[in-house]
Amino acid sequence: MLEAYPDNRLARIFLWGFSALAMAFLMLPTLVVVPLSFSASDLLEFPPRAYSLRWYENFFGSATWMAGLRTSLILGTLTAMVAVPLGLLACISINRLGGKTASAIQGVLLAPSIVPGILLAIGLFFVLAAQGLVGTLFGVLVGHVVLAIPVACIVLLPAVARFDWNQVQAARSLGADWARAIGGIIVPQLQISLLSATLMAFLTSLDESVISIFVASGRNSTLPKLMFLSLRDQIDPTIAAISTLWTAIVVVVVLIVTLRQKS
Amino acid sequence: MKSLPITIDSVRKTYGSYVALDDVSLDIRAGEFLTLLGPSGSGKTTLLMALAGFVRPDSGKLLLGDRDITRLAPNKRDIGIVFQNYALFPHMNVLANVEYPLALRKTPKAEARQRALDTLARVKLEGLSERNIAALSGGQRQRVALARAIVFEPRVMLMDEPLSALDRNLRETMQYEIRRLHDDLGITTIYVTHDQREALTMSDRVAVMNSGRIQQIDTPQRIYDRPSTRFVAQFMGEANILAPGSVRTIDGGDASHETLMIRAESFHLDARLAGPDAVALEGMLRAKAFRGENWLLTLAPDGGQEVLVCIPSALAGGCAELATGQRVTVFASAAKAHAIPGAIA
Repeated sequence: MLEAYPDNRLARIFLWGFSALAMAFLMLPTLVVVPLSFSASDLLEFPPRAYSLRWYENFFGSATWMAGLRTSLILGTLTAMVAVPLGLLACISINRLGGKTASAIQGVLLAPSIVPGILLAIGLFFVLAAQGLVGTLFGVLVGHVVLAIPVACIVLLPAVARFDWNQVQAARSLGADWARAIGGIIVPQLQISLLSATLMAFLTSLDESVISIFVASGRNSTLPKLMFLSLRDQIDPTIAAISTLWTAIVVVVVLIVTLRQKS
Repeated sequence: MKSLPITIDSVRKTYGSYVALDDVSLDIRAGEFLTLLGPSGSGKTTLLMALAGFVRPDSGKLLLGDRDITRLAPNKRDIGIVFQNYALFPHMNVLANVEYPLALRKTPKAEARQRALDTLARVKLEGLSERNIAALSGGQRQRVALARAIVFEPRVMLMDEPLSALDRNLRETMQYEIRRLHDDLGITTIYVTHDQREALTMSDRVAVMNSGRIQQIDTPQRIYDRPSTRFVAQFMGEANILAPGSVRTIDGGDASHETLMIRAESFHLDARLAGPDAVALEGMLRAKAFRGENWLLTLAPDGGQEVLVCIPSALAGGCAELATGQRVTVFASAAKAHAIPGAIA
């Protein structure tokens, strides 16, 4: 019997080796900035000849970088707060509507995740310019929400589809209006999916640079935008320090959410 | 509690070219237990959902008492609904489920708790109030759903095949308990099922539906004994539809010029049991089967359709000796031969 399933050690070693290689290929470019950020040199050099925390000091000491960090965190939070409720309502409507109309609406809703970011940014720039909103936090928020809604919907659509709609009808028959049925019956039961959607929306905004480059300005510049500008103007290891911090924050947030989902 | 009559006035609902409700009109008396009975796709659930407010009729009117509720939002109708899958809220415990409609009505906390506990006692769930929904059996869930639907004293109760998920014994217990609850509360109840026995057992009146229309509305006994259409006759049990001339009187004359319906269990092997005005039917015995409480015989009359004959075991002296292929004559009281107007066998 055992011959039918030979313990193929060679194949297993190969599989592990291949997986490790793929991991390394994906992770190393991210991790290479970590030693760079602790370099004492004024230049990005690898491996660093001496170590220091001066680039971290530089980052936390700079009013411009701090403003960027603040803007990015505020934007990320606002984006999640707007995109997730809108996404949830959209998913419920798509689910209830059904048929071709629902497919069409879903297509339009998911389009921003397919359209090249640069086209979206140019389009958004003209729309916002017409409203006099270029350079405002609100303008960038609109752009980020447009990008985050499809992300939230991709997480929420299957969760809403699995939800037992009879529960909503039961709540309605027992006297709940729409808001109470959604808030009291759907939301508590979709907690985990909503948490994932919130995280994804937050990260979408945090990560976004193209729209920010086009639309944000001055005090409202996001961290990714400042990083791009700084790379263009002068290259110093502050970028590496920010990247390291950024990666650490994202890893921590994702870990927390993942662990909460498991428990 | 004051219950209200319901008036359904030429309600029509179509989905594209599919007619779900074809100008349905129905009056339900205050405090009545009415069952909508029909096969799947007959429109019974659509009608129930229209009453609940989840289906908007294309035309027609729904009245609760003298109030037009056709376009009223479901949460303003004060109708208790028990869903087929119970639709309990799994993120709340038993008590919270039952308190939910009271909380929505801003009932003071202490009063809501007391009423919920009283209602749970009424459906025999004392002591389970802190349980999670996931920890309940099917029958217990059914009771929680009932409690939740009556705790806010609705004036009408709708039930959508509430017992279909339960096993047979439990189903019979619950049929009795739902009916008892209805009698205690005196609440107008509309009950949907596709199980004819359930409909006959529980209801004051039964409305048999097929393809979006009400075929007949009557007391269980009349629906069973005096069906007005061929569909009702056959849906309600083993019915033999007999063409004019296929049934004879005892002295050999034609029993009827109309199409007759005779239930399988209305036949006797012994002419004396059928009484003096009996009708008779002769045929070749095609098959016989012993089913415990009765024998089922299949007769093939000359030139007619097969006829099912059901003889109770207690009266079945001689059934065991009958041989297939043998000619058999069966008798039924003329009162049990019901003419179906307009039906062609």
